[in-house]
Amino acid sequence: MSLLSVRDLFVNYHTQGGPVPAVRGVDVEIGKGEVLGLAGESGCGKSTIAGALLRLLPTGTEVTGSILLNGEDVLGMKPGRLRAVRWTETSIVFQGAMHALNPVQRVGEQIEEAILIHQQAGEREARVRVGSLLEHVGLPERRIRDYPHELSGGQKQRVMIAMALACNPSLIIADEPTTALDVMVQAQVLKLLKELQREFGLAMLFITHDLSVLIEVCDRLAIMYAGRIVEEGPAQSVFYESAHPYTRALAAAFPAIGEGRFRRAPSGLPGDPPYPQDLPDGCTFHPRCPVAFEACPHIDPRLFDVTPAWRAACLLVDSAKSELEGARTRGSGR
Amino acid sequence: MSEPARPAEQASDQQVAPPLLEVRDLKVTFAGRVGLGAGILGRKATQSRAVDGVSLQLRQGEVLALAGESGCGKTTTARAIMGLEPPREGQILFRGKRISKGLRAYRRKVQMIFQDPTGALNPRQTIYESVAEGLRIHRIHQGPHGETEQELVARALSRAGMRPPERFFLNYPHELSGGQRQRVVIAGALVLDPVMLVADEPVSNLDASVRGEILRLLLQVRDDLGLAILVVTHDLGLAWTIADRVAVMYLGRIVEIGPAEGVLTRPLHPYTKALLNVVPEAGGLDRPILKGEPPDPTRIPPGCRFHPRCPEVATGAARAAGVEEKCRGEDLGLMELRPGHFAACHLAAVTVGESREISTSQPQG
Amino acid sequence: MARIPVLPTGTEPGPEFRGPVGEDRVPHTPRAITWKRRRRAVTQFWSIYRTNGMGMVGLYVLVIFGAIALLAPVISSSRGLDPTLANGPILAGPSLKYPLGTDDLGRSVLTMTIWGSRISLMVGLMATVLTMIIGASIGMIAGYRGRWVDAVLMRITDWFLVIPWLALAIVLASILGQSLFIIVVVIAVTSWPSTARVVRAQVLSVKQRPYVERARALGASDWHLVTRHVLPNVFPVIFANTILVVAIAILSETTLSFLGLGDPLHVSWGTILEFAYDAGATSLGAWWWLVAPGVCIVLVVLAFTMCGYAFDEILNPRIRER
Repeated sequence: MSLLSVRDLFVNYHTQGGPVPAVRGVDVEIGKGEVLGLAGESGCGKSTIAGALLRLLPTGTEVTGSILLNGEDVLGMKPGRLRAVRWTETSIVFQGAMHALNPVQRVGEQIEEAILIHQQAGEREARVRVGSLLEHVGLPERRIRDYPHELSGGQKQRVMIAMALACNPSLIIADEPTTALDVMVQAQVLKLLKELQREFGLAMLFITHDLSVLIEVCDRLAIMYAGRIVEEGPAQSVFYESAHPYTRALAAAFPAIGEGRFRRAPSGLPGDPPYPQDLPDGCTFHPRCPVAFEACPHIDPRLFDVTPAWRAACLLVDSAKSELEGARTRGSGR
Repeated sequence: MSEPARPAEQASDQQVAPPLLEVRDLKVTFAGRVGLGAGILGRKATQSRAVDGVSLQLRQGEVLALAGESGCGKTTTARAIMGLEPPREGQILFRGKRISKGLRAYRRKVQMIFQDPTGALNPRQTIYESVAEGLRIHRIHQGPHGETEQELVARALSRAGMRPPERFFLNYPHELSGGQRQRVVIAGALVLDPVMLVADEPVSNLDASVRGEILRLLLQVRDDLGLAILVVTHDLGLAWTIADRVAVMYLGRIVEIGPAEGVLTRPLHPYTKALLNVVPEAGGLDRPILKGEPPDPTRIPPGCRFHPRCPEVATGAARAAGVEEKCRGEDLGLMELRPGHFAACHLAAVTVGESREISTSQPQG
Repeated sequence: MARIPVLPTGTEPGPEFRGPVGEDRVPHTPRAITWKRRRRAVTQFWSIYRTNGMGMVGLYVLVIFGAIALLAPVISSSRGLDPTLANGPILAGPSLKYPLGTDDLGRSVLTMTIWGSRISLMVGLMATVLTMIIGASIGMIAGYRGRWVDAVLMRITDWFLVIPWLALAIVLASILGQSLFIIVVVIAVTSWPSTARVVRAQVLSVKQRPYVERARALGASDWHLVTRHVLPNVFPVIFANTILVVAIAILSETTLSFLGLGDPLHVSWGTILEFAYDAGATSLGAWWWLVAPGVCIVLVVLAFTMCGYAFDEILNPRIRER
């Protein structure tokens, strides 16, 4: 049984201008010990998914669908159960750790807080656990007594990771955990995450806009565009052989140094990622797609199988073509 | 994109064509603050040597990438080149003349592209006014061929890819997307017909799929108008995509500089190698990653400033080559270790064989 | 919010291109563009302001009082203020002939209140103007110049900040005599420091913004930076601050007049209260004499404050409730 199973997730924000569909029908599945990467640009809905999984979205946001965590429906949980589940079964590493830490509280106390809230241990035992957590993330134990401002960006992020591990969760949601960091520190943190994942057998949902980072850490990749997953499959296949033109374009934005074909040949997409309030008809990607054809503005593709474990929402996928043909001969194509 | 012939030509004409921009031994320091009590006790403010002796040259039509992590001084160097930071020592020469004499005229010819396109545009001004600002500051009412201000603004927006330009005149920045805002900033720079652009992280705040278009625009502008471009970036992939030459900075100095192919595929300096190692790739994380964080510019290590973090020192390779003493004790400048490719590394100097030490006051970049 | 899609470079707009609605005619000259932008900014601001209930109520009240003050000669005769001409019943309660009653000299309280509004509002406005000129100038210079100019100006500001305005008023009044001018000066002298600090803070914040630096990189002179970038972005803060300062100024004038430091030759709400109090209106039960000016003061100050809050809400979208 998979650890996390999301089906038909829809999230609508309520704004002054009306409801804004941030997530429009997403299915996600993460098994024990598996690392899934979720990539996409601004406005695609990936951070919304992170919030939805633990019901951390602003009140009034409409969330429909089913989110099963270890078989339990998160959306139906009573507040008491939800609070118990938060952090002990699933925890989050946020973007911008600098702001997530209380500046007037010592770092060790903040980690302890997580343990004590969930009554996982008494005070003395908690302190010992905090010490060992810090060592696990590569910080010396004496850092327990430091205040956040005494730590560097990378060190603060390590503290956030320690905090996420505090209650032995089985799933960690990492939302842009390395975006604000320097490349070298980013590499250190990624390495740390990978090691911890192996050591504790953690499942991870790794959310970022930086596709190249995901290649290093993830088993599977899902690419989001305009509130939907447009491609999903094994990380190597999705990145290097992308079936969806958007993935191809996104991957091209992270060129491999040393490959001549990228030299003086920047490639990007015209236009901009669409606003959720203002989505194009048919395939939402078609206005920017380099290989769009006549059917694209009229048909909104679902995820078609490229291989059984790899799917893409594009009419150019082989299995889609046969369906298109079928639709045309039946005369129901527009 | 065809390879522009210019840089190769320049190499052979090196003695003939003087560089457009020349920076000589630039030093910029920031003084820390001293509290009243400490001041009374006679404690002096800590000096942060953000830029500690940088020399480089930029030729017409060339794209030079200034790369490094945060705190290495690349942005400060760029700002000093724009005249926004007063240098403590060193000279910045444009077409052979110091920029401090004639700053205003210099600013017509050299324009800056900013990292944050949203912040760089006054939210109360329309797009037209933002682009026309340069013309108004310099009191240019007519183009060289009699064009009106409106025509000049339209042309600049058009060159920056905003077509048809008139449609955007009355819009405000918040009505445009990030990529469009950056195009407006670029248009604002192009409207004065500059000869050089200084781009500070021009695409890092933009969505990944939009970056390519902006970079393509910069290359196009270089090809069509012959501009020289200095790009400050932390992203070596970007340097690989658009730069002719790359300079890698660490703690206020350039530690390696040379043609992009050379620096990025056959790096000489251990720091460059370390940076290239951590560019994410499948299976990449098993390669060595530097420990710790870049030290701050108020406490620069003695000797080679990279030695405390250098993997060659840590693994004993430096000792094996007999240069460890020098690494710890002897500061050094850039040395030409391959034609046109310079590095400031004792070990590289020994291993690459023949090296010519060039005095630090005039390294050819 | 209409968004303009960017076209792939080099193509012509196709039928699906959606440009800004209704903006097909572009003004011909740059000056026209600037004016069009300014007009649009004002109309946009007004349409947002109109939706703010609190702000509109405050505005209506102010308009009413402003009208009363301006139309005073039309709606009542100034002879009603002259104690020698007073012929009404003494300390009479409200009646048809004297809707707000009479004072101890037989003058109509309504007449006095109407004419009092002129002085109260005028003194308040004049003091505000003076305050804003001094405060905004010093704030801007200190914020923009920075370093030692800033330090010196801020110490001067601090000095003025701690002057007890009441003591100052008494001293000045006794030395220079009592007049409206003295009151205006006293209020201005003691109010400008807080304006200066608010303006300085905003200037410091705007100075850091990237577009100011961009202008400097383009070669702008200080004058251009201040007039084109700093001032327009500081102006809203100044405006919001002004509204609140007016409220305080009116209250200050009332207080000073009430304490007897006001101009004896002019009737203001404060002096009405002063007369009433001195004549023992409370013990005599002549509530109308006190209530009329008192309520007016409260309404006007409240109205200004409400407008000020409305401004703040508009300028600071974070305060606005979602």
